[in-house]
Amino acid sequence: MKRIGKRTLSFANPPRIFSYASVVGKKEHEGPLAAEFDLYTTDRFYGEETFEKAESKLQKTAMQTALKKARMTNEDVDHIFAGDLLNQCIGSSFGVREFGIPFIGLYGACSTMALSVGLACLFTDSGASRHAMAVTSSHFCSAERQYRFPLNYGCQRPPTSQWTVTGAGALIVGQGEIGACVPSVTFGEIQDLGIKDMNNMGAAMAPAAASTLLHFFEDTATGPEDYDLIFTGDLGSVGSQSLYILLDREGVDIRCRHSDCGLMIFDREKQDVHAGGSGCGCSAAVLCSYIMHRLEEKKLRNILFMSTGALMSPTSAFQGESIPGIAHLLQIKSD
Amino acid sequence: MFPDKKEYEKMIGVQSPPSPKGKDFVWAFCVGGLICVIGQLLFAFYEMLGLSEKAVRMAVPCTLIFAAALLTGLQLFDKIAKHAGAGTLVPITGFGNAVVSPAIEFKSEGQVLGLGAKMFSIAGPVLVFGITSSVIYGVLLMIFQGL
Repeated sequence: MKRIGKRTLSFANPPRIFSYASVVGKKEHEGPLAAEFDLYTTDRFYGEETFEKAESKLQKTAMQTALKKARMTNEDVDHIFAGDLLNQCIGSSFGVREFGIPFIGLYGACSTMALSVGLACLFTDSGASRHAMAVTSSHFCSAERQYRFPLNYGCQRPPTSQWTVTGAGALIVGQGEIGACVPSVTFGEIQDLGIKDMNNMGAAMAPAAASTLLHFFEDTATGPEDYDLIFTGDLGSVGSQSLYILLDREGVDIRCRHSDCGLMIFDREKQDVHAGGSGCGCSAAVLCSYIMHRLEEKKLRNILFMSTGALMSPTSAFQGESIPGIAHLLQIKSD
Repeated sequence: MFPDKKEYEKMIGVQSPPSPKGKDFVWAFCVGGLICVIGQLLFAFYEMLGLSEKAVRMAVPCTLIFAAALLTGLQLFDKIAKHAGAGTLVPITGFGNAVVSPAIEFKSEGQVLGLGAKMFSIAGPVLVFGITSSVIYGVLLMIFQGL
């Protein structure tokens, strides 16, 4: 691995994606990507007693499915990188608890999938892991009660608000010959342009997405035209438009090559999700289904995948702090 | 270069779709009005049963709060409130919902530290400032009546 430019990490022997799996909830399975997911549940408790346990089960099931698809056992994976949105990351620690695999818990809000895959790639490239797994999840009900109001509280959601995806995605990387590879990773810096509205997270995250993308283009001396598609995690409609405008100022236009996982996973007109989907599970579930399928089918050959996160907490929001945004980028190629 | 915070705020203001205020106002007016009509009908009903005016004034809000609690438990209140907004929030039904919804949600953390502790997490500030302002009002009334 070597560093190119200011902050892009480029692999001489790019780690390969051996296996991936996605598990989603009912609403996600009613959306446009229904046929892409491995498993789904119509029960918001997923057979458990609490929403938190349900979220852990989403992660656990995604990991088990990814292992099964790769015909691997727990012994074959040396490290798990996992994260979620819950306080103290309990979605991950309880999901990973029974696996007996060294666990590295991460918090990057909704950017955690790209963060965990990026770190898993570094671990396998350095030889620290033979195979490493990255998994993240979110659950609408567990996120609502932590960040907003109880489910049955009668309130109105503004048009800029986003709907937390119930879902998880797990992915196994390692050194090998087959499968899509990750030639480079760019970890982003925090960008905060003063947005304080927790109901407009797309706007808070767009500057971070623009910054990471511009750094990647500069470091690699490439532009949008060099990639089939650029996926962002969960900018939603407002965040995507803001990203276009911020990039326009730098003379970069990604409009015809951009898709946002938050806009792909739901039908905004029919599913009443306002500005789109969000959450750690949003970009994870779309990466581990639609995107990986298209890369395997070679319909996509060279893409950028950038998860975006809003690093606030209810405490910081009540204290009047603005929302720090973050974005991490993976380049994924199928050859 | 990225815009400064002020410029970005302006930019986001243009990008962010506003709430459909006209539609919201009509919904709130109609549903809020309907709840008041139901309250008035209940008033007449209890009077018809021969309750004293004082008892009727207690019975009507109790019935409305009970109805709001029941609808919250049946997961219908939030579906109505999604459209009605302030129409269901401002009448006493909003108070019922604000107490019952966290009670349902947080019972997973136990009867005492979950249900008991979180039950007034939304309605608590309403009580604190409602009671405080009524005390201030009472003191002022006493002073001015005494003068």
